[in-house]
Amino acid sequence: METYTFLRTLADSWGMLAMLVIFAGVVFWAFRPGSRKAQDDAANQIFRNEDKPKDDGNGH
Amino acid sequence: MLDGVKIAAFGLGALMFAIATNWGHDQAYRVHALLLTALCAAGFVWSIRTAGARQPVNVESSYMDGPIRYGVVATAFWAIVGFLMGTLIAFQLAYPDLNLGLPWTSFGRLRPLHTSAVIFAFGGNGLIATSFYVVQRTCATRLWGGNAAWFVFWGYNLFIVLAATGYVLGSTQSLEYAEPEWYADLWLTIVWVVYLAIYLGTLVKRKEPHIYVANWFYLSFIITVALLHVVNNLAVPVSIWSSASVALWPGVQGAMIQWWYGHNAVAFFLTVPFLAMMYYFVPKQANRPVYSYRLSIIHFWSLIFLYIWAGPHHLHYTALPDWAQILGMVMSIILWMPSWGGAINGLMTLQGAWDKLRTDPILRMMVVALAFYTMATFEGPMMSIRAVNSLSHYTDWTIGHVHSGVLGFNGLLTSAALYYLVPRLWKRERLYSLSLVSWHFWLATIGIVLYASSMWIAGITQGLMWREVDSLGFLVNSFADTVAAMHPMYVIRALGGVLYLTGGLIMAWNLWKTVMSEPLRAETVPAE
Amino acid sequence: MSDKEHAPANEPKQPPRQSWLSRNHRYIETNAFLLLVFAFVAVSIGGAVQIVPLFYLDNTIEKVEGMRPYSPLELTGRDIYVREGCYTCHSQMIRTMLDEQERYGHYSLAAESMYDHPFQWGSKRTGPDLARVGGRYSDAWHVAHFHNPRDLVPESVMPAYPWLAQTQVDSDQVQATMRANGRAGVPYTDEMIDAAKADFRAQADPDNGDVEGLLERYPKAVARNFDTQPGVTELDAVIAYLQMLGTLVDFSTYTPEASR
Repeated sequence: METYTFLRTLADSWGMLAMLVIFAGVVFWAFRPGSRKAQDDAANQIFRNEDKPKDDGNGH
Repeated sequence: MLDGVKIAAFGLGALMFAIATNWGHDQAYRVHALLLTALCAAGFVWSIRTAGARQPVNVESSYMDGPIRYGVVATAFWAIVGFLMGTLIAFQLAYPDLNLGLPWTSFGRLRPLHTSAVIFAFGGNGLIATSFYVVQRTCATRLWGGNAAWFVFWGYNLFIVLAATGYVLGSTQSLEYAEPEWYADLWLTIVWVVYLAIYLGTLVKRKEPHIYVANWFYLSFIITVALLHVVNNLAVPVSIWSSASVALWPGVQGAMIQWWYGHNAVAFFLTVPFLAMMYYFVPKQANRPVYSYRLSIIHFWSLIFLYIWAGPHHLHYTALPDWAQILGMVMSIILWMPSWGGAINGLMTLQGAWDKLRTDPILRMMVVALAFYTMATFEGPMMSIRAVNSLSHYTDWTIGHVHSGVLGFNGLLTSAALYYLVPRLWKRERLYSLSLVSWHFWLATIGIVLYASSMWIAGITQGLMWREVDSLGFLVNSFADTVAAMHPMYVIRALGGVLYLTGGLIMAWNLWKTVMSEPLRAETVPAE
Repeated sequence: MSDKEHAPANEPKQPPRQSWLSRNHRYIETNAFLLLVFAFVAVSIGGAVQIVPLFYLDNTIEKVEGMRPYSPLELTGRDIYVREGCYTCHSQMIRTMLDEQERYGHYSLAAESMYDHPFQWGSKRTGPDLARVGGRYSDAWHVAHFHNPRDLVPESVMPAYPWLAQTQVDSDQVQATMRANGRAGVPYTDEMIDAAKADFRAQADPDNGDVEGLLERYPKAVARNFDTQPGVTELDAVIAYLQMLGTLVDFSTYTPEASR
């Protein structure tokens, strides 16, 4: 029973706080300044190399 | 050298399985062993005949589309099988004489056949095929691992055949959506690890700097399904000559693990990789990049983190401890947000291009698939609230909820992806008929509406009749009364299934005619 | 978002100040192995938090008297129950709501499925809950009902199972099955496994077997020739299993816990 109470208290306090902090971190990461260009590039990636792999200049 | 190993392995396999056929204790095991003997014998002959054949050189300059074409055919084939099974068992519930009084055709054995055929055979083949297509195009490189992709295709479909024939012959673990017995599970594990290796290997050798977001979803689908599959299927086989096994996890812990698995079969098999399809095929078909790439990052991490907690909402008011039930409920409700965030991201991709919906039935099908996803992911969190669940659980409401998601979202999105892929993979100018796509779309949509609404009414009726008490506190309805009340709804549901199946048949015909039509132009290089 | 976006293209590529995150994010966003590891961690947390404590918290399974492993014949019947997919339409889990207790009896305890590998709680009630079906109907009712459910319940949509009465079942595999259950944690003793074949027969043919020994090993087991036919049929095994369901726990030893 002791373990049970301890775990419930832990989950209600530090557990929830940790999840909120991680979520805030992910949001910050996605919206961090200067990421726009890389993200636009990634979003448009699907419109390249439709029919064959990119030629990397090494003969294949 | 490799040829020698192949010949020896197939020969040895044929011998081993022939012995197993002789020593097997039960029918399912012996039939499976006989099937594997035949397959190994065929493989033996095939590997002798192809020994010493030269491998094509410089394949790196093209994409590996062979296994994808096979996967597309398998997807369409299993779609028909799965829809047909579903329609049949829907009619069995309305007219029980259709069980025929035979073991192999009774509802209890055909129901897992239906669920496995649609989820793992139709959905799974579609996911493997599209993931191979998407990962090559977004990484601008050929699949890693050479012929391993062929192994994944054939190995996965062998697993499907072992599972399906096993159910009919009475071999099951009784864990929903994880019914196949121990040797089929072991085989799937091997196939899945190879699949992961191919996928990861292709990501590593990519020629684009970024890993496109669809690949994140596919990758997390592959590893999470591996984790779920291994943990939930741990079992002690009764004997190596028997298909029977004893599940490792007991009672309440087993229930928690099964629904951790079961709900995440919905999450990581039927949602996450289908969102990967959304992130590739919707922007491609609309010909504009996804609405917000930033939102997709938040969507990904919050969705995969939260979904895994949702399992206990299948066990409200049961003997599972309350703390686990409440944790599952809270996380399920929070899950509504990333679900809608992703759906909005997909739908808003059409911003400025909504007019295309009038002219492009494939895009229309994708958008309606996302609309069904949006509805199902609102209904799901609502049903996970304990008070709502006390009414809906054990009733047909759950069945209706699941089908509005799978028929609407998974079924329509996969069909749309097949319409997108077939002309490109077979290098045809266009689909055989766009008006047949519209027919498919409308039949399927009306079918889903009939299905979902009849099951919604059935479920609420059932739930209310079960709990109805008179002024003295006695139950009003016997269980048999509630069964009788379901009959008209079961008939309507089965008719909805017929419409959806008809739509599937039209799709298969349309795709077949497309493949059979004239190629775009004379090929100068071999397709492979 | 920032003035960097408006900077001319020929500016130096390195912006002056960069946080640790913006210097390192590319590794996560562009490294397949890191993505794999992070995603694996993200999906592992929820399952671990919900599953692992169930094995360690001692309030997970109630302490009650009466639970025992299945007798060899019941275990065989349970395997047939699983084989025919009965769990697709019948639950074995009475929830704590009043109407369910009125209809089916005391709500189910976690202890009642502690020897189930796997559990048979079910997820859908096309037919009624079976958690306490033991002793509710006579053997003859079950025999007729399995032959054709609509002879007894006209509204029923349950399939008929005529082959159960026609198929003899032997005890060749029962000891191996009990040993496998033992390896999974069910407390079958060597004595139980040694006597398994005799117990299997005695429970379906009590006139010619050691019923006392059977009841000592498996208290409250019901020993009868369930289908009245000679020999042990699959129907005998299934009815033996059904007549035991929900009858084992002594509820006078059960005290509900306030916080669980």
